Amino acid sequence: MSATRSVPVVQAVTPPATTNRLFVAGAAASHAAHLRSYGPLATETITNTLLVALEASGLTGRGGAGFATWRKLAAADEARADRVLRSSPIVIANGAEGEPRSTKDATLLQNSPHLVIDGLLATASAIKASQVYLYTVAENFRAVQHALNERPDARHIVLVEAAESFISGEASAVVNAIENGIALPTDRIRRLSDSGLKKRPTIVQNVETLAHIALIARYGARWFRSIGSDRDPGTRLVTVSGDVQHEGVTEVAGDTPLRDILATRGVDRSNVLAVLVGGYHGTWVAADNLGVELSAAALAPLGGHPGAGVLYVLSKQRCGLQATADIVQYLANESARQCGPCMFGLPAMAGVLTRIASGHRDPNLRRELRELSDTVAGRGSCHHPDGTARLALSALSVFADDANHHLSGRCTRQSR
Amino acid sequence: MAARTLGSTGTRPPAARLHIDWTRCDGRGLCTELLPRELTRDRWGYPLATKSASRSDVGIGESSLDAANDAVALCPKLALTLIPTGKTG
Ligand code: SF4
Ligand code: SF4
Repeated sequence: MSATRSVPVVQAVTPPATTNRLFVAGAAASHAAHLRSYGPLATETITNTLLVALEASGLTGRGGAGFATWRKLAAADEARADRVLRSSPIVIANGAEGEPRSTKDATLLQNSPHLVIDGLLATASAIKASQVYLYTVAENFRAVQHALNERPDARHIVLVEAAESFISGEASAVVNAIENGIALPTDRIRRLSDSGLKKRPTIVQNVETLAHIALIARYGARWFRSIGSDRDPGTRLVTVSGDVQHEGVTEVAGDTPLRDILATRGVDRSNVLAVLVGGYHGTWVAADNLGVELSAAALAPLGGHPGAGVLYVLSKQRCGLQATADIVQYLANESARQCGPCMFGLPAMAGVLTRIASGHRDPNLRRELRELSDTVAGRGSCHHPDGTARLALSALSVFADDANHHLSGRCTRQSR
Repeated sequence: MAARTLGSTGTRPPAARLHIDWTRCDGRGLCTELLPRELTRDRWGYPLATKSASRSDVGIGESSLDAANDAVALCPKLALTLIPTGKTG
């Protein structure tokens, strides 16, 4: 059905063989270009056997948390089947991308919207969802609306505008925004997959994850795993930003060393001080550790995580403590101010970091930052305090020498 | 590891979890007075779990169940919920 428009469809499409999987159809791909590149996908015929393929593929969420995708869908599928009244699930494509250093979701929605739509429809069909939403910021509306208009099978997808805030993409905030127009996280006792939007089993899935689902539905799990590693199969989108010549989005094989990813963006490694991996809730990785791979397993020993695939580069001309202080200040301002420890703790952390960065000679500041980080962690309705604490602590450890210098009144980096 | 999730009874697992809705709690600390073994106050007054690994779903031992129920009933912000152990999500 979906492929029977006036477009001549090439049936025997060769699956992508390189790491360029998500942008094969070219810039701002039309539905026709999309079908030429990827071939058709009869999404309405997809059943929950898709979950088996997803499990075999090893696909994990690309929005930040990195959960096994099939598990999330299985939970909603079970919740649906469990209910006496068979409450049908709701699927939401999450393209809010609140992380300021990430542009991958916008790049994907503006260039390969049909992959995202395919993945959304395939997911909805697999778990028999009755309502389907696509949630994204105004910037992506035109491209997405155009793509939705191109295909009759997408008419029931409801496009909802996401607020431009750090927190608007948090899963419970997404549900709250769609239900009540308030893009703030809510307190939850039950999981969203059990009781979310309108108390129905709800799946909130990052748009890049959906695009990968669209490809796995076409070409299968084995194809997906033909790139990347066993512990991090497939490809992922990475946004490289900061002190680099060419900021932008790259699609890389899972488990690619950070230094190789930086090389694709022409980063001169000899001038790198550190790279913030995973975004503003991420961790700093020092220049001498750039051989580490961008995967959950490889980064775990450093306390890190790929997050939404953000690499923010800091050059040797900059001060890591000051950069962190600025980010924590930003995160404090972005706190939804709903939860006490987050509302009071994050500004306090920003204050202490700023004092360390600006050379206050108080050796207690380090301990104070550790204590504040420990106090806020795990004490909010979302992971904003935890992520902020992780970032602050990683700065203290990766920039430990700098902190020593600062606390003795001397910054060795800033050319003030 | 398991020791951190224990309730106040020492060796037995917690009988329930006390869920704190941070979006409601105003930190005036009534619950911390009722549950002095499980909760203390942070520097701003908000309840801080003393032993529980989860700080938003605080492990409550058998002997503190009554006090926990009181806290749920008396919390002026309706920020507390007691969830029997075993029921998840
Ligand atoms: S933890 Fe912070 S950001 Fe998250 S809901 Fe509470 S106040 Fe908002
Ligand atoms: S009694 Fe309620 S409002 Fe008061 S500190 Fe405890 S949870 Fe917060």
